[in-house]
Amino acid sequence: MTRKQRLVVIGNGMGGARLVEEIVSRPGGEHYEITVLGAEPYGNYNRILLSGVLAGTYCPEQIFLHPLAWYEQHDVRLCAGQAATRLDWQSHRVQIADGSWEPYDRLVIATGSSPCLPLLLNLVREDGQLIEGAFTFRTLDDCQAILAHSSHARRAAIIGGGLLGLEAASGLVKRGLEVHLIHRAPHLLNLQLDAAGSAVLARLVSEQGVQLHLSKETVAVLGEDRLYGLRFSDGSELACDLCIIATGTRPNTDLSQAAGLAVRRGIVIDDDLACSVPDVFALGECAEHRGQTYGLVAPVWEQARILAERLTDSASQKQYTGSAISTRLKVSGLDLTVMGDKEPASSTDEIVTYAEPTRGIYKKLIVREGRLQGAILLGDLPGSMPAARLVQLFLRGDPLPTNRAELLFPCHAGSKQALSVAELPDDAQICNCNGVSKGAILAAVRAGKRSLQALCEATRAATGCGSCKSQVQELLVLACEGEVAEDPAVHYYVPAIPLTKPELVRVIKERKLRSVSAVFQALADGREDPTSKAGLASLLKTIWGKDYQDERDARFINDRVHANIQKDGTFSVVPRIYGGVTTPEQLRRIADVAEKYRVPLVKITGGQRIDLVGVRKEQLPAIWKDLGMPSGHAYTKAFRTCKTCLGSDFCRYGLGDSTALGIKIERRYQGIEMPHKVKLATAGCPRNCSEATTKDLGAVAIEGGRWEIYVGGAAGSRVRKGDLLCTVATHEEVLLYMGRFMQYYRENAKYQERSYDFVERVGIEHLRRVLVEDAEGICERLDREIQAAVDAYVDPWQREAEQPVTPTQFSQALEAVPVPLGASE
Amino acid sequence: MMKAPLSPGAVCYNLGHISRIPRGEGRTYRLRDRLVAVFRSRSEELFATQADCPHRGGPLADGIIGDGTVICPLHAFKFNLRTGTPLGNSCPSLRTYPVRLDADGNILITVDD
Repeated sequence: MTRKQRLVVIGNGMGGARLVEEIVSRPGGEHYEITVLGAEPYGNYNRILLSGVLAGTYCPEQIFLHPLAWYEQHDVRLCAGQAATRLDWQSHRVQIADGSWEPYDRLVIATGSSPCLPLLLNLVREDGQLIEGAFTFRTLDDCQAILAHSSHARRAAIIGGGLLGLEAASGLVKRGLEVHLIHRAPHLLNLQLDAAGSAVLARLVSEQGVQLHLSKETVAVLGEDRLYGLRFSDGSELACDLCIIATGTRPNTDLSQAAGLAVRRGIVIDDDLACSVPDVFALGECAEHRGQTYGLVAPVWEQARILAERLTDSASQKQYTGSAISTRLKVSGLDLTVMGDKEPASSTDEIVTYAEPTRGIYKKLIVREGRLQGAILLGDLPGSMPAARLVQLFLRGDPLPTNRAELLFPCHAGSKQALSVAELPDDAQICNCNGVSKGAILAAVRAGKRSLQALCEATRAATGCGSCKSQVQELLVLACEGEVAEDPAVHYYVPAIPLTKPELVRVIKERKLRSVSAVFQALADGREDPTSKAGLASLLKTIWGKDYQDERDARFINDRVHANIQKDGTFSVVPRIYGGVTTPEQLRRIADVAEKYRVPLVKITGGQRIDLVGVRKEQLPAIWKDLGMPSGHAYTKAFRTCKTCLGSDFCRYGLGDSTALGIKIERRYQGIEMPHKVKLATAGCPRNCSEATTKDLGAVAIEGGRWEIYVGGAAGSRVRKGDLLCTVATHEEVLLYMGRFMQYYRENAKYQERSYDFVERVGIEHLRRVLVEDAEGICERLDREIQAAVDAYVDPWQREAEQPVTPTQFSQALEAVPVPLGASE
Repeated sequence: MMKAPLSPGAVCYNLGHISRIPRGEGRTYRLRDRLVAVFRSRSEELFATQADCPHRGGPLADGIIGDGTVICPLHAFKFNLRTGTPLGNSCPSLRTYPVRLDADGNILITVDD
């Protein structure tokens, strides 16, 4: 038997990893022993979706295409974090960063491209790194660094008004930053759009909150250790504390050039994807084919398919002849597709345009010899031919209808349907990234893939840039004739048990299930799903109160040790300071504890309390004892705190005694478990110094000695003014309605659903009817249940400081002793 | 019962009585200069892995476990406790160690020194 051929792939990105996947899934793939060298320390992820991660529509875990385990499963050796440093093609070997040599029989170079850095003063530090606050946007690490920095940044500048720059700008606007986009050319997307189209786009982008600076050339970064602004060629400056460089990319060709391969802009490849030396191939963004380099995924994946076929089938004569490209801008609320030429090439080319700038619509088609040669499609004209259909006409070079208006406007021939995805021919390509046809999608639906997720997984449609997802959904609905299987799991209270919250509550009560393990036994075949434990523990405590059978292993660590875990495994301790009112004696005790236990950080919190941060687990009980103060519950899904303003005793504007009210609220409801954390505030006048209208629950004193009660306010990643539940006259009434709301929220909100999402979901009118007008006749019961929860409350600190629940509850690390050989028998 | 002989360089440690780990929880143990996380499932299975999450160093022994899986308390990355394999993330696998109980209920763990 002949030995396996050694195939080495340099690069584990969109091109390299796709090639490997294509090879292992084909007959003939088994003849290769595959090694992949990846410079990044991960498996393979979908780079196109990084802009989605930045915008918060995807979390990093969701964009992985192949985790490390995939490589193991397919016997592919992945050297993650190991860049290739040298290529010696005469002796068929590649050197890796650690100095070792990797021999190959065949080599594929898929090194991709790198960001092009503009020459800006101060941008690059002496050590070669970018100045703090400036980032490129190419890798997952870049993306995570930007996100980490953006959480404390206020004003971002994006340099570069291309596709990536626009996507980054839109993402950061969604993160709540003030965003400025600086572009050297007079038009946005000047490579893809003409001036008129750019102007319409600029208007749309500005409406989304991005501040545009066009024809503006950046010359310098301001700041020595840390960026604080930019300077432009006209002498003006812009203050900013975050800057993303998105000024284009260049193919990574250093390795190939040094090895003596033919390189122009990219590594030169032929129609068989071979380089200028034997047994070496290249594909993707690093490669140049017929004078063209590609920066979009569809051509790269097409190259991967063709090369995989040639490598696994020696008889294959498949050729790559170049790709016609179309692209979509992935910015939510903006519908832009471009393809081919943006301007006519000669006077015989036809131009068909329709523009309605105030509505954000701009359509332009370039027609040559009756065929579509290019198009700019911005904005949506309801009923018009879908962009996907025009892309199809363009990619296949089909003849166009002689009445060109049919390309842009709805036809009135009684055939509204004729223009939807339903009327596309079966061979029409729906997913341009993966080359999935309408026919393939319909076949998968017929084969039983009746939910969107199952369908996408089976066909790979919409798993590239994701922009065809709505069309896949349309086809699904069409082919199922309404029998779409909605993924029911989204309605389950916890993933392991297929019941909604009301159903689950009913079963738990009926069968008297009082512990988390009892629920698993009864409803999940004893399978203890770890992702379901904390949600069940919360629900059972709410249902059973004092009769709940507590199992500590079902709690998150914070609730096992009554403190908030920090990134280094230490904890933070926040004692309760009712209504934010403290005494010299209390402060002295806190100060003594901070000194005695060498607490690394003492911090005043936003909830008017004092946080002792960086405490080791084993110090917790002694600290609680020395403090002699109750837990502030700053670590759990429960009533947290009630912030107050000065109120009427001292403040010259105060209309109501907000301080006394806040203290009463906090004493009554402290520590009661909720579906998510609940933070309150009381304000003594409508100036609202304690920000009560943006709390989960807030009370605001108004003229006439009355109190307004607000519910569902937020001032976190989202800002939402609370809705007015009712206006009452006394402190006691405030306590009553707040408690009633809390109990209703406890019973009806999903696990981890914040009050503001809950209030929006059920609606304030509904809440007023149920909680104020008592339309369902449940108010008395709600009041009774919350009273039971108040009565069941015990301060966990004072309970467990003296008497830990288990002997090792607060052990940071236990010691072990070596056993002499044989002694263990 | 047959026991596999210790391989050369392997060291066995006694981690003390099983009762030091409450059912369904984990604890961190210090083995000279190495930290390991040991877990005791509610069905009385024992698992031992490296102590820190490969993602950002979170203390795995503080994680919630169940169904042969641990969830890191810092960012909810999941790992298979038996094999150390990452679940739904691209971290390297956890190191795992053979662990068992002796006749007196003491936990014995074997690590390469």
